[in-house]
Amino acid sequence: MTIGFVMLCHTALDRAAEVARHWSTRDCPVVIHVDRRVSRSEYDGLVQALADLANIRYCGRHSCEWGTWGIVAATQEAATIMLKDFPAVRHVYLASGSCLPLRPVSELIAYLNERPRTDFIESVTTEDVGWTIGGLDLERFTLRFPFSWRKQRRLFDGYVRLQRRLGFRRQIPKGIVPHLGSQWWCLTRQTLSAILENPEREEIDAYFRRVWIPDESYFQTMVRQVSSNVESRSLTLSKFDFQGKPHIFYDDHLQLLRRSDCFVARKIWPHAERLYTNFLGDEASALAIAEPNPGKIDRLFAKAVERRTKGRAGLYMQSRHPNENWENGRTAAPYSVFEGFSDLFENFEVWLGKATGTRVHGHLFAPDKVEFAGAEKIYNGAIPDSAATRDYNPTSFITNLIWNTRGERQCFQFGPQDIQSINYFIAGDPNAQISVISGAWAIPLFHSNRNFSDIRKEAANLQKIEAQFLSELRKPWVKARVRIWSLAEFVENPMEPLQNIVDEISPRAMRRLTEAPRLADLTGFGQFLQNLRNQGMQPVLMGDFPTGDDPRPSTARRGRPYLVK
Amino acid sequence: MGILSQYMLRLARKRWRIRAFRKRRELSKVANRSKLIKPDDILLFSTLRNERVRLPFFLNYYRSLGVNHFLIVDNDSNDGSREYLAAQPDVSLWSSKHSYKRSRFGVDWLNWLQSKYAHGHWSLVVDPDEFFVYPFSDTRPLRALTDWLDASSIKSFSAMLLDMYPKGPFDITPYQEGQDPFEIAPYFDSGNYVIQRNHKFGNLWIQGGPRMRMFFQDLPERAPALNKIPLVKWDRDYTYVSSTHMLLPRGLNLTYDEWGGEKASGCLLHAKFLDTFAHKAEEEMERRQHYANSHEYRAYRAGISTQPDLWCKWSEKYINWRQLEILGLMSKGNWA
Repeated sequence: MTIGFVMLCHTALDRAAEVARHWSTRDCPVVIHVDRRVSRSEYDGLVQALADLANIRYCGRHSCEWGTWGIVAATQEAATIMLKDFPAVRHVYLASGSCLPLRPVSELIAYLNERPRTDFIESVTTEDVGWTIGGLDLERFTLRFPFSWRKQRRLFDGYVRLQRRLGFRRQIPKGIVPHLGSQWWCLTRQTLSAILENPEREEIDAYFRRVWIPDESYFQTMVRQVSSNVESRSLTLSKFDFQGKPHIFYDDHLQLLRRSDCFVARKIWPHAERLYTNFLGDEASALAIAEPNPGKIDRLFAKAVERRTKGRAGLYMQSRHPNENWENGRTAAPYSVFEGFSDLFENFEVWLGKATGTRVHGHLFAPDKVEFAGAEKIYNGAIPDSAATRDYNPTSFITNLIWNTRGERQCFQFGPQDIQSINYFIAGDPNAQISVISGAWAIPLFHSNRNFSDIRKEAANLQKIEAQFLSELRKPWVKARVRIWSLAEFVENPMEPLQNIVDEISPRAMRRLTEAPRLADLTGFGQFLQNLRNQGMQPVLMGDFPTGDDPRPSTARRGRPYLVK
Repeated sequence: MGILSQYMLRLARKRWRIRAFRKRRELSKVANRSKLIKPDDILLFSTLRNERVRLPFFLNYYRSLGVNHFLIVDNDSNDGSREYLAAQPDVSLWSSKHSYKRSRFGVDWLNWLQSKYAHGHWSLVVDPDEFFVYPFSDTRPLRALTDWLDASSIKSFSAMLLDMYPKGPFDITPYQEGQDPFEIAPYFDSGNYVIQRNHKFGNLWIQGGPRMRMFFQDLPERAPALNKIPLVKWDRDYTYVSSTHMLLPRGLNLTYDEWGGEKASGCLLHAKFLDTFAHKAEEEMERRQHYANSHEYRAYRAGISTQPDLWCKWSEKYINWRQLEILGLMSKGNWA
């Protein structure tokens, strides 16, 4: 008992000849079909190259345009020759010219000898396939496809739409339950001959002639009528990408292919010299009959498809520039924005860095320069601290920073005195954690040694800018994690919000804050606000600061600021 | 994009092609071996001036990738570049004494040669200091890439310019003929590139890297463009518009995905900052033949007088394409 190979070839005939020789010299008969569109001279070259081998046959040449009947007709004819000329053949294996055997033929024969009645053909009902392109699955069987998908794409699509709209349906012949599956199968003589010698074959063929991509449905459907032992998987390792074209194997896949334990792989790049010499060379004897295990290759290709369709979150580069809301993550990683904290607390950056173990920057969007942590002139990824460069493209600046530092959470200070160019971007970014103590910008003014009329003007300006930012943060489309306190509210009880923020930044640590940041001196701040009011500027963002009555100093709480139970 | 602006772009494309046709007279043949070009060959086009010392490594680099034929315009070299190239068996050489600037920095000349020789071929347009890396370039020849692009119906492939630099002043290690320039200049900036879309031509406009960081920090809008589309399955109707930054028809510029995915892309390692650079900057300033009144070279010259060191502690040292892919400078897309 042996196995016969039917090979469908259309390009790289020299490689096809090598593979055919490999099988043929190992006592496996081969029937070769060459696409009619291949030139006469190339075809003759192939025949000549294999002239010394007695168990090779050629079948009549059909034109095999993708998606049309030609491929099935070729397969039928070649299989008929195989069954007729080589009575010792029990299993017929359908392969292409770009297939490559990965394991010795003897192992394949041994494997099939253990399963002498099994038909290996992927055959799935149309309801269960998820991989068809263009959404055509059952409709492959019920619509008409007179136009070429490759050359007359618009007509093809238009005609499909028209038929859908008109509700056109072809009748599926009685007894046929449409199944789909990979084109590459391995069937037993009994099954194959039953399909080929079916008394109703003429009618069935006439129907399938007008089905779309019949090579993925003809045998897959018919096998269900005649075989009692269908193993619905292909012995050929063949993976498809998101456009439905097969992934190609190259020299650098050698180890992967070796370890896959698959019998045959497709499709191989014709110039993959190492693959061909390795797998067609002298084969090591089989140690054990291993089951094919394409898991690793599956994962590799699944990842490739994911990279092509979803990409890496937060990456903007030459071949990935998503439109708004298609970013699949505006930035690469979570980060925190603090407005007002460094005004209210002394050395807030240092304290936060210690409490959370993250990188804490100053005002990244300060008007004169970028205040990177540690006053660095150049930061991760070689981002300079130049304000002009940053303001030239602030979105690129922030996305680059977050991308370059992925793995280390970034925190930075923000405020109304800063350039306000990324407000919209960060407000819509789910990775942003924005905490605002509104009105805290007044504290540095309060401490400053400036003329009061200047302070008044500056305060009015900052209040306007912050109010605008706050109203943006309250829009319904905001995706950032936003927390807003008024200054009065925050000063009342500073530890609880701080603990919440810290917990969110490093949730696993669940550290209790033992050291509180030092509050700025607010003695007389209420009076300061009253003075602003008296000068005609209404400070509203701070909340209710009673005049004259200075806020309760938080020193009393410093010993045990927060209890987690 | 309205019908009118589409039509205007069509006119622009025709105009560039007519211009290239007129400029063909500025080229005189030195060695034309284009008869050796076979139908499937991968072609490389380049314009150069006085690059003799770089040429051996340049030619061998691309030969080993699998470029079959080089078509080069020599812009009045006097350092032996012409004689060296004319003697190479796989080089077709033209020379021109005409203005580099008025041929739009060589684009017109190459557009003409491409329309004549590259129709139906994969065509790579690079300068002698640009070295193409693409996904799997260490294990798969260029033909593997072009075959895959063909199978995927992709006609153009982008490769961002990545400026490479040494640690210390540019002239610290002189470049020797035949040497890999990245032994001397192995460093690059990994993550300071800014991107915006050019809505007229549909391409991305990328700036950044060490040049923006050092020479254009305060005038970032003047920093040179780094987006390039050097590899195209050429058709005689195509034309490069400005260097290899963008093409017409504009569909060829859509080498990026807009819906979150990543398309495959490569990088052009740019070996500009070697000891040859200071000399080059001087010379180019005198010739005044570069883009936008050579303001780029003017900025360099101002910078060079202070012996700049582009290296910083965040500079990455080049290892291979996988490193560039992990850093997000290029992508495998769905090629696996």
